[in-house]
Order: sequence, then C-alpha cells, then structure tokens
Amino acid sequence: MSDTKTNERPLVEVKHLKEYFPINVGLFRSKPLKAVDDVSFSIRKGETLGLVGESGCGKTTVGRTILNLYKPTSGEIWYDGKLIKTKADIEEFRTKATMVFQDPYSSLNPRMTVEDIIGEPLDVHKMYKTKEERHERILELMGHVGLNSEHAARYAHEFSGGQRQRIGIARSLAVNPEFIVCDEPVSALDVSIQAQVINMFDELQEKLGLTYLFIAHDLLVVRHISDRIAVMYLGKMVELADANEIYSHPLHPYSKSLMSAVPVPDPKIARANQRIVLSGDIPSPLNAPSGCPFRTRCQYATPACAEAMPDFKEVSKNHFVACHRVAEINQ
Amino acid sequence: MALLEVRDLHTSFFTDAGEVKAVNGVSFNLDYGKVLGVVGESGSGKSVTAYSVMQILASSGKIVKGSIKYDGRELVNAGEDVMKTIRGNKISIIFQDPMTSLNPTYTIGKQLMEAIMLHTDRDKKQAWDRAVEMLRLVNVNEPEKRMKQYPFEFSGGMRQRVMIAMALACEPDILIADEPTTALDVTIQAQILELMKDIQKKLGMAIILITHDLGVVAQMCDEVIVMYAGSVCEQGTADEIFYNSRHEYTKGLLRSIPTADSDGSRLKPITGTPIDLLNMPKGCPFAPRCEHAMRICLKERPDRLQINADHQANCWMNNAEAVRAAGEAGLDVTAVREDETEGGEKHE
Repeated sequence: MSDTKTNERPLVEVKHLKEYFPINVGLFRSKPLKAVDDVSFSIRKGETLGLVGESGCGKTTVGRTILNLYKPTSGEIWYDGKLIKTKADIEEFRTKATMVFQDPYSSLNPRMTVEDIIGEPLDVHKMYKTKEERHERILELMGHVGLNSEHAARYAHEFSGGQRQRIGIARSLAVNPEFIVCDEPVSALDVSIQAQVINMFDELQEKLGLTYLFIAHDLLVVRHISDRIAVMYLGKMVELADANEIYSHPLHPYSKSLMSAVPVPDPKIARANQRIVLSGDIPSPLNAPSGCPFRTRCQYATPACAEAMPDFKEVSKNHFVACHRVAEINQ
Repeated sequence: MALLEVRDLHTSFFTDAGEVKAVNGVSFNLDYGKVLGVVGESGSGKSVTAYSVMQILASSGKIVKGSIKYDGRELVNAGEDVMKTIRGNKISIIFQDPMTSLNPTYTIGKQLMEAIMLHTDRDKKQAWDRAVEMLRLVNVNEPEKRMKQYPFEFSGGMRQRVMIAMALACEPDILIADEPTTALDVTIQAQILELMKDIQKKLGMAIILITHDLGVVAQMCDEVIVMYAGSVCEQGTADEIFYNSRHEYTKGLLRSIPTADSDGSRLKPITGTPIDLLNMPKGCPFAPRCEHAMRICLKERPDRLQINADHQANCWMNNAEAVRAAGEAGLDVTAVREDETEGGEKHE
C-alpha cells in the first residue's frame, strides 16, 4: 500500500530469468517456446508486486519458476541475499516461499480432510514434534483465515469457493513463509466473495509481515492490492512502476491500451473513457516477432522496432519501460 | 408495445434433491436499439432468465409461471414449432465459452452456412456469400480464407467473432449475449464490446447482456437488472443503478469492488456466503447477508416499488409506508441482531 511499510532491501531478486519449454514441431525437431524471456526484477520485503498481462504472456510461469517448480533455463533467483542454486537451497527456500493457486476446486485433494490438507506441508517439512503440536498449529492457521475448528474434519467439497480458497491460503501459510506467490487467487470467486479474500490478503500481510507476488489479470484488483505493478507481454517485461503511477500514467503503448481497456464500474467515466482498442491478437509465443514483441500491434512501431528488443530502462525514478520510442510518444 | 415483454417469469429445475427455483418473478421490457444488462453472481438466475426467453432450458427445467411476449406474441407454451421460427431468426444467443460452442470437426464456413441455410431459403452459393459478408462485418480479416479453416485455427477472440457473426446472420431483433467476454483477455474484451456496440448501431437490434462484471455493464448498458438468488433486487437505467442504488445488495456489490479512484483502503465486502437455492429463506433472499435486515425482511418478500420513472427496487427499506402498515398489522419490523439471522452462516 504505502511506501512507509516497505524498506529498500530486496527480498527476492530475479536476474535475467529465462524459461523455455521445448515443443515438438516435427518427428525429431523441437523448438523452444520462450515462455519467459530475460526478465529481471526485485521485490522488497513487505511489499506486494502485482504482475499483470494477458493469457500466455508468461506471468504464471514467472511465479512458478521463482519457486523452482520449473527449473529455470537460465538466470538467477536470489532470496534474502542468497543465490538459490543447489537442491538444499531449494528445499530450504520452500519453507520460506509458498504459493496460492487460482482454482480452489482442483488445488485441494478431495480425499483429504481440511486438517490433513493444511497439515501436509508440516508433515513434508517435519515441522512438529507431537501430534498435539500439529493439531494446534493447524487450528491456529485456520484461525488466521477465518475458519472454525469444527471445519477441520470436513472435506473440501463441503465448502464454497471462497472458503476453499481460505483453506488453500491456510496451507500456504503452514510453513511460516515470508514470501507468497499468489497466482490469480481471486479470479475464480464471485464478486461479493472476492473482496473478503482480498481483505484477508491485506490483513495477513500486516499481521505476518508477508511479501507477495500477486499475479492477476483484473487490473483494478491488482492496483488495489499492489505497491508496484509489472506488465508482461509475450514473455518479456515491458513496464514496471508504482501501482498508481502505472495506472494513471502508463508509458509503454501496450500498458496504455491495457489500462484504457479496463472496464470501470462507473457509467459516466466508462462513457467518457477514450479506449485504445488494439487490433489483432497476441502472436503465438512460438513465433514471437523479432525485436520488440509488441511491434505487430503497436501503432507507433517503426522498422527499427523489428531490429532489436528495447532495453528495460529506468525513464523516471522507479519507472522502468522497454520501448524504443518511449520518449517520443510520451511527449 | 415493447419488442420483448417479460412478466413475472418463474423458472424452476426439478431435481432429485427438490425444486430449485432458479428464477422468481422477473419482469422487464426491451425495445429496439437498447442494451439491457442482467448482472448477478453465479446462481443468481441471470442465464436461466435468458434461456427461458429462448426456451433452451435443460430437460429438468420448466417455466412454471409468467409470460414472455415477443412483438405481442406469447411465447410461453407456444410450442416447439413456433420457437423454431423465433430462435436464430428473431432472437439469437451467444455463449460464454467460444472454445466449446463451435464444432471442432467442421470448418467455420460450414457452420456459418448451416445456420444461414437453416433459417433462410438461401442456396449454398448465397449462403456462402452471406457468411463471408458476416465475417467481414465482425472484422475477420481475409474472410474467404478463414471460411475454410477449422475452429482450432482461431484464437478465442476470433471464435467469439464467429459466434457473433453466426448469431447475427439472420438479422435477429434481439441478441442475447451470455457472458460474451468473460473467457477473453482485457484487450480482446475491449475489441468484442466495441464490435457489439458498432454492429448494434448499424443493425439497430436490442441486446440482452448477461454478465457479472459491473465494469462491462457501466460501459455497455442503457438499462440494468440486478439479480440475487433468482430474484430481482432492482432494475432501472444504468445511471440510476450506479448512482442511486436502492437495494443493499447492489450497494454492497458497488462497495466491494475496487474502483478507478480507490485509494488502497480496505474494501467493504458483503459478509456471508450466497444462499442455497434448494433452501430459500421465506423473506427477502438477501436478508441473511444484509446488514440492515429487519424482522419483516426475514418473513415477507418485499414487493417491487417504483422509486422514480426510471427505477424500481425490491427492498423493504424503500417502503416506509408498507413497513408501517405491516407494523400496524402485527408484523415485527424492528431490526434484527446479527446472530438471529437464519438461512446461512453469517461469516464464512
């Protein structure tokens, strides 16, 4: 939210992260799908970094690769000043960094009770000595997310979507993490339930001092919860700035159209809004355009944009943009 | 006479677990050139209302009461023969998921031509020309080439364009769009909404837009119906609903979403969980979650009250006189304490 609660020391640092998936294009030939292509950013302790972009832009892959759920093709992930490299590093890292998934229906095992779902990370990381200790810890976690102790013996199918998401969040809190990757955690929820869960993320952050990477496509939600927002397009990061700054003064042509396309729940604003409607669709990441990935849909594109990928550079304080013509088009 | 007049529509599904009253007394008028938004959360009955108009309910569903008049003609119980002349010709529908609403084994051209030949007496050649013309209308590039392609060769936004082309091929008077952009990305959503507005200006049809997204409603709709648990909360012009809400559910929804100028302070969620449609409370369906609920709200369903010429709401709070009369008639109209509400947990 405010700058006061965050300090400058980065907790998570991602340097030149690349994640390529081999795709078979013939019997013996494969081609890399560049899901994430040279992405660098850092997240300060106690801050929420929002990550937005359209489907296929690589935002989920970034989240998963940071947690080493996918092995990075290249690049480095630093956590708390330490490079995460060996198997032991990863194991230790996973007690500090966890994940909340999008779909509260498929991410909970239907054959396990709530107690066992939440307790599983404790079992894996051997984080208790006695059964009583495990039980007490689980009840404490359930309290954090507003579930009653009587819910412990029930199964996931007995709960509504919002409550399931609370179970998922309790599970991710089990190991006492400092950093949580939230992958579209409210997208599957009804509007009236979304606000309950968003508020809970805010409260948990205050109470437990958590740091979030918040991945979502709903820009108003992301802006509400994030301190800074990063915009991705076709595997590349195109802009990164303070949440309000990027929402009211986006500099990259793609961010501009993305922000203007947000349906604002206010008829007068919506009618007056000058939308920048992009033509065409996102190119396939298998055949990404040369140079700047956005040039095929960009109204400002010049032949030079096809030559080289623009650098991701700081154009004003804490505002990073990757666009060759950023100075000209924002005069 | 309005183009479409729906009066006191009740639709139920008869399941093994009992009767699910999916729609309880929806009434509205729709005129040429208007966009009517139907908003609500999952299970609010917004899609079932639309499916009732088209009479494409699942086999367990039935319109139990009410009237649907298209151009003065009664459609309820009119029979399948009449409906066949209405569906596709006069009233068309597009669905949420453009991925599953096209047949993957036929070319786009074949599917478009099938719809055209079924509803008009065009021959194959004419149907082809019409299909190409429709694809051009929805801004599909190189329509002749696209006609020979299969759905998997189209992106989500392109497929939704094809669905719109198909729905509009017979120039219907009414287009029902059931969450047409929910499955699409923001910038693609903007394209499709823009397209729908453009085409509406060109062809002058009426649109019923079903959505859960209040932002889409604000951008697109002239009139709005807000639904909760199968019942209408309030209805009126978009400005009335957004700036002069008179139902606690609508107010709660508007408070619970981040807005363009939100300052990062806490959102104000609606507490509790949506109610179980099999186990509907007797009174106002929203009463168990309403922070201003009175005892009468738990006992009696509020009637529709005219707030002004452009606005109607179903909430006891607006009807001081009715509440007073109910009080005199011996009904308890005092406010309830939280722990006394029934029909659902107050907190999740």
